[in-house]
Amino acid sequence: MTEPAMTEPPMTEPLLRTAGLTKHFKIGNTLSRRTLHAVDDVSLEIGEREIVALAGESGSGKSTIARLLAKLYTPTSGEIYLQGRPLSAIRSRADMLRYRGEVSMVFQDPFASINPVFRMSHGVLRGLKLHRPELSARQRQQEALRVFDAVGLTPAAEVLTRFPHELSGGQRQRVGFAQALALAPKLILADEPVSMLDVSIRIGLLNLMAQLRDNEGVSILYITHDIASARYVADRLIVMYAGQIAESGPVEDVLASPKHPYTQLLLSAVPDPRAPLTISAETDKGEPPRVIDPTPGCRFRWRCPVAIDECHQVTPPLRRLLPQHDAACHVAVSDAPTRAF
Amino acid sequence: MSSVPAEQHYRDARPSARPAGQILQVRDLSVEYLMNQGSVVAVDRVSFEVDPGEFIGIVGESGCGKSTLLFAIAQLLSPPAQISGGSVLFKGGNLVGMTAKQLNVIRWKDMSVVMQSAMNALNPVKSVGAQFKDAMRAHGVSSAADIASRSAQVLRMVGIDPVHLKSYPHQLSGGMRQRSMIAMAMLFTPDLVIMDEPTSALDVVAQRSLMVQIKELQRELGFAVIFVTHDMSLVSHFSDRLMVMYAGQVAELGATRQVFDSPLHPYSVGLLDAFPSIRGPRVPLTGIPGSPPDLARPPAGCRFAPRCPKVMDRCQQEPPELYTVDGTLVRCFLHAAGGAGHD
Repeated sequence: MTEPAMTEPPMTEPLLRTAGLTKHFKIGNTLSRRTLHAVDDVSLEIGEREIVALAGESGSGKSTIARLLAKLYTPTSGEIYLQGRPLSAIRSRADMLRYRGEVSMVFQDPFASINPVFRMSHGVLRGLKLHRPELSARQRQQEALRVFDAVGLTPAAEVLTRFPHELSGGQRQRVGFAQALALAPKLILADEPVSMLDVSIRIGLLNLMAQLRDNEGVSILYITHDIASARYVADRLIVMYAGQIAESGPVEDVLASPKHPYTQLLLSAVPDPRAPLTISAETDKGEPPRVIDPTPGCRFRWRCPVAIDECHQVTPPLRRLLPQHDAACHVAVSDAPTRAF
Repeated sequence: MSSVPAEQHYRDARPSARPAGQILQVRDLSVEYLMNQGSVVAVDRVSFEVDPGEFIGIVGESGCGKSTLLFAIAQLLSPPAQISGGSVLFKGGNLVGMTAKQLNVIRWKDMSVVMQSAMNALNPVKSVGAQFKDAMRAHGVSSAADIASRSAQVLRMVGIDPVHLKSYPHQLSGGMRQRSMIAMAMLFTPDLVIMDEPTSALDVVAQRSLMVQIKELQRELGFAVIFVTHDMSLVSHFSDRLMVMYAGQVAELGATRQVFDSPLHPYSVGLLDAFPSIRGPRVPLTGIPGSPPDLARPPAGCRFAPRCPKVMDRCQQEPPELYTVDGTLVRCFLHAAGGAGHD
């Protein structure tokens, strides 16, 4: 099969774009067939050299989005475009391998994601052989050294000969980034990459992500439930709630004036020793919904203190309230801050 | 066991009815793990006291011995871990060396433990109510009416509808499971509740709401809390005193506000600087380079010396003691001149 003719994408085309991305899971048995709406109508963009944080509670669909982008799941509907090329058009194994190299993944648990019986060189060399067949054995070795160096695993030659049990959690997660980087990706999907690590070494990994953006020119989708770390490292923030985007925008804009009541709740709950306590036990019990066969209406309405009648009837679309700053809320307006929490 | 009137079981909850003086005194408590290559000292001569109604937070990274310390206090260690020295005085009696029978009288009633993962701590094939009943029966409450009313009462205290007494753990959300564990710990209104990262499996909103709930229950019922967490900022608003552990030892122990506002130990400083903030300017952070020492071969001097930005020659040679600076204990030679050695 010949490769489709590559047309240079227009300047406005972002690195990766999704349009109406939706993933439903069928649950239950033949007697009670129900549908879990894990991701519903998500349209997002990731630009070149950009770190986008995808934040939300567990069950909000953020990991499902990562798996859709990694082509581990097939979307129920909607499309993913990488530099303008639709993902559904991929037919050949070569195209598939190329896509997976261009969009590579870093996993949450560095203790489970590396094979314990092989040296560190094994995983990275295999990835290179599979996704970059043009390299010779010698070049692969050099590339392995280069990426280990780039993620701060020095001396790279020595670390490559180590076994996973000889490395700390932080070092293992760096190996995860090195393996992703070896595929010469345009985008790295990092699903909670630091949540299993100790606090004193998390910052090192976050700094590494910023370095990879600045030095290697990759974009990163940083999936997290930790808003503070999202603010630390990301350029843009997308807040998910119950499978939909609640709010998105430049990270500082969203944090400075959150438009969606859910974003406001999330921010008020972040423990901050430097700020006074603003939440009470009655504020919210913090129960995220399971989105099974949802009816129209805002999915946050049951927890929302400012909900109006319209919220119970009509699902709010994502609206542009400020430049680059969108929120899916009927009540939110561009200028006046609607502070629910 | 004969039926005892319920009033004798649920002691007067008013803080004023609490005994005066410290309810828990941990003295030079050490725990070893016996390994083939020799023993690893996971908790090294830890001492602290807990006053009635006090909330004490214990923070540290994984492997610092914080959970082992909790298990040692609650006498829940199992081989290869064993207490190698020290004492745990709880309301006058030494828990170390007590038989299972003696401990059974105290557990749930005077002291209860809330584990990290409620999914594993609750029995998956028994309803929540049946598990409450087990704990109450073990302490001599046999009247079905007493059991039902008290179970409903504690569940309501943590904000769960008593209909969930009939629910099985898998039918509850993560937050509700943790809440029902806490409700179970409240059955007899104990003097001390030991909590091992009870919120770590929860989302940030649920976590915050649970912390506030714990604090409100504590204010209302007057029990003391020992709260272990790896997340220092989580306890910042809730604990009276804070203990920072590093490599099995107390690195710093002082009033929470003071430790946050003016941390003394370079490790505490590093930990505080490792948390990005959602407010204020975005500043580059460094975290703490390196990783904690292998406790099978601890450094000869200060255990934090290999990662310490303020390391001195002396730190490499001799281990620092705990020094007292304005009421805060700190294990660092930087503060050795400030006061006399403590232990």
